[in-house]
Amino acid sequence: MNIHEYQARDILREHGVPVPPGGVATTPEEAEKLAREFGGQVVVKAQVHAGGRGKAGGVKLAADAAEAKAHAGRILGMEIKGLTVHQLLVAPAEDIASEAYVGIVLDRNSKRAVFMVSREGGVDIEEVAATNPDAIRKLAVDPRYGLLPFEAYTLATALYDDTAQQRAAAKIMRQLYAAFMAAGASLAEINPLVTTPAGEVKALDAKFNIDDNELFRRPAIEAMRDTSAEPEVETAARDAGLTFIKLDGDIGNIVNGAGLAMATMDLIKYYGGEPANFLDIGGSSNPEKVVNALRIITSDPNVKVICFNIFGGITRCDDVANGIVEATRRIDIDVPLIIRLTGTNEEEALRILDEAGLSATTSMDEVVQQAVERARGNGKGSN
Amino acid sequence: MAIFIDRETRLVVQGITGRDGAFHARQMMEYGTQVVAGVTPGKGGQTFDGPGDAAAPIFDTVERAVRETGANTAVIYVPPAFAADAIMEAAASGVALVVAITEGVPVLDMTRVLAFVRDHGVRLLGPNCPGLISPGKSKVGILPGQITQEGKIGVVSRSGTLTYEMVYQLTNADIGQSTCVGIGGDPVNGTNFIDCLEAFEADPETEGVVMIGEIGGTDEQEAAAYVKQHMSKPVVGFIAGQTAPPGRRMGHAGAIISGSAGTAEEKIQAFEDNGIGVARKPSDIVALMQAAL
Repeated sequence: MNIHEYQARDILREHGVPVPPGGVATTPEEAEKLAREFGGQVVVKAQVHAGGRGKAGGVKLAADAAEAKAHAGRILGMEIKGLTVHQLLVAPAEDIASEAYVGIVLDRNSKRAVFMVSREGGVDIEEVAATNPDAIRKLAVDPRYGLLPFEAYTLATALYDDTAQQRAAAKIMRQLYAAFMAAGASLAEINPLVTTPAGEVKALDAKFNIDDNELFRRPAIEAMRDTSAEPEVETAARDAGLTFIKLDGDIGNIVNGAGLAMATMDLIKYYGGEPANFLDIGGSSNPEKVVNALRIITSDPNVKVICFNIFGGITRCDDVANGIVEATRRIDIDVPLIIRLTGTNEEEALRILDEAGLSATTSMDEVVQQAVERARGNGKGSN
Repeated sequence: MAIFIDRETRLVVQGITGRDGAFHARQMMEYGTQVVAGVTPGKGGQTFDGPGDAAAPIFDTVERAVRETGANTAVIYVPPAFAADAIMEAAASGVALVVAITEGVPVLDMTRVLAFVRDHGVRLLGPNCPGLISPGKSKVGILPGQITQEGKIGVVSRSGTLTYEMVYQLTNADIGQSTCVGIGGDPVNGTNFIDCLEAFEADPETEGVVMIGEIGGTDEQEAAAYVKQHMSKPVVGFIAGQTAPPGRRMGHAGAIISGSAGTAEEKIQAFEDNGIGVARKPSDIVALMQAAL
């Protein structure tokens, strides 16, 4: 799950990281009021789950409250990478002497949380990694001990030469690590970590990604979810326990397991079709999940045919078959359903479908080829 | 022979009284796996009834189950909130192999678990994996036994159901398997491709390996390099996710450490560069394997 910059700043503040003040505005008037309270120059920043906000015109400097209001009026409602801006962060503009990068990411290779720090802050860290990898210092944290004081200090010396700033940065690293752990994050970044002309070290911008598997035990983090920041249909899918990503094609597909779902999309493409979505109904399926999956996919007017590819393991084919039959009773499905079911309780599933007048195959190649043909040939039609 | 599990495998099922644990304990018993014990805290002293006359005693702790039944392998079906502790309990109990089926285990929990498991010298498979099966000998996990066939091909995969698909294709073509291993797709897990390749290379019964990867990370690329350097047996593969929209599955900084984005193209290239034939669609794996043998 992604959270907004202002929420990430709140988490850092709770853990003692020095973060300049800021407020959230949802209207130009609120932005104006915040700017007046802060006085002087302010920055107005779009709060959306997308990178490149600055380039898209979603971050503006305002000399006074009136200008802040004007900027807010332009940025609110703006689309950045397909996401509409509903919220703004308004914060006093800071005098900056230097910009560094500090981040923690869960790393597949070392199987640990890895710190990355660089003197090249305020820019995309991927770019630094690509063009100047030596400018990034890394440290894998041993989960048994956490970030040790000497490790934090060693990282800090990679960023600053001044002793006071090194000490301040080391403290921030330890606070950031505590925040990362407390939030159940998979990524926590301070970019930039700035120094001011007076020598203070502060976190100016922050980004956290949360491991979805953590949310069940972190209600305060779950409450930060902004559903207005994601496509409505993906919210509905998540609420139904499904993993769904909308794509641009016309062949809907319902699959159990992410790997098989990706392979199904690949096969649709291989046979000359275009997938309309990625949809994984997951394991331990119950019939209701299948009904919801069909409801979501049939809401897409582009979809001309729906292809089921179910390989039963922990998912039982009879559960899926019951779901399909139930769905045809409860929702109006005016596109053909092409079904493949194999594995756990396959015979029972085929019997259930047969009784309801539906047919199924046991071959993945066959079901995808049929779906591609139907999408190409008939367009919308009855089953 | 086979890898990791065989007829000598004596299994303790953690979470045996839950919906999934009970269902799959019965399936494993039916398959012929020696399920010697179950564990559910608070239900020690009861008996789990399997299919036919099969039954297994239930214990409160894994330690007791191992002591009284000589279990050497544990499989975990407990919910995500308790999975990390269950894995560590198993690792501390003296079993040699722990298979964690549970999906949704917090990744930060797993970083600690992995350190613990390694300190105890135990092999962990998973979490979020389908387990493994040595056809005709033993199955541990949730793989459907009926789609497998005893034989000489090793299968290792990051996926669950896609593994079934590939195994199903092999069996339909009369290509049997020595062991099929699902290592799971979580970023922090116990056993990787290279661990399995190493074991297949050392297993006299295995004559070739099918390796099934997907987008994200660099495990496949490293495994491909390993194949070229260390494997005498033919390896063929498949990579899922060629049409996946970029950036939707992987965290944005995840790729920085390795300097790689983990795309399907990159992985297919790594396979081909290292002599691993790549199937363009799942059913092509059969012809590829036949040609490689």
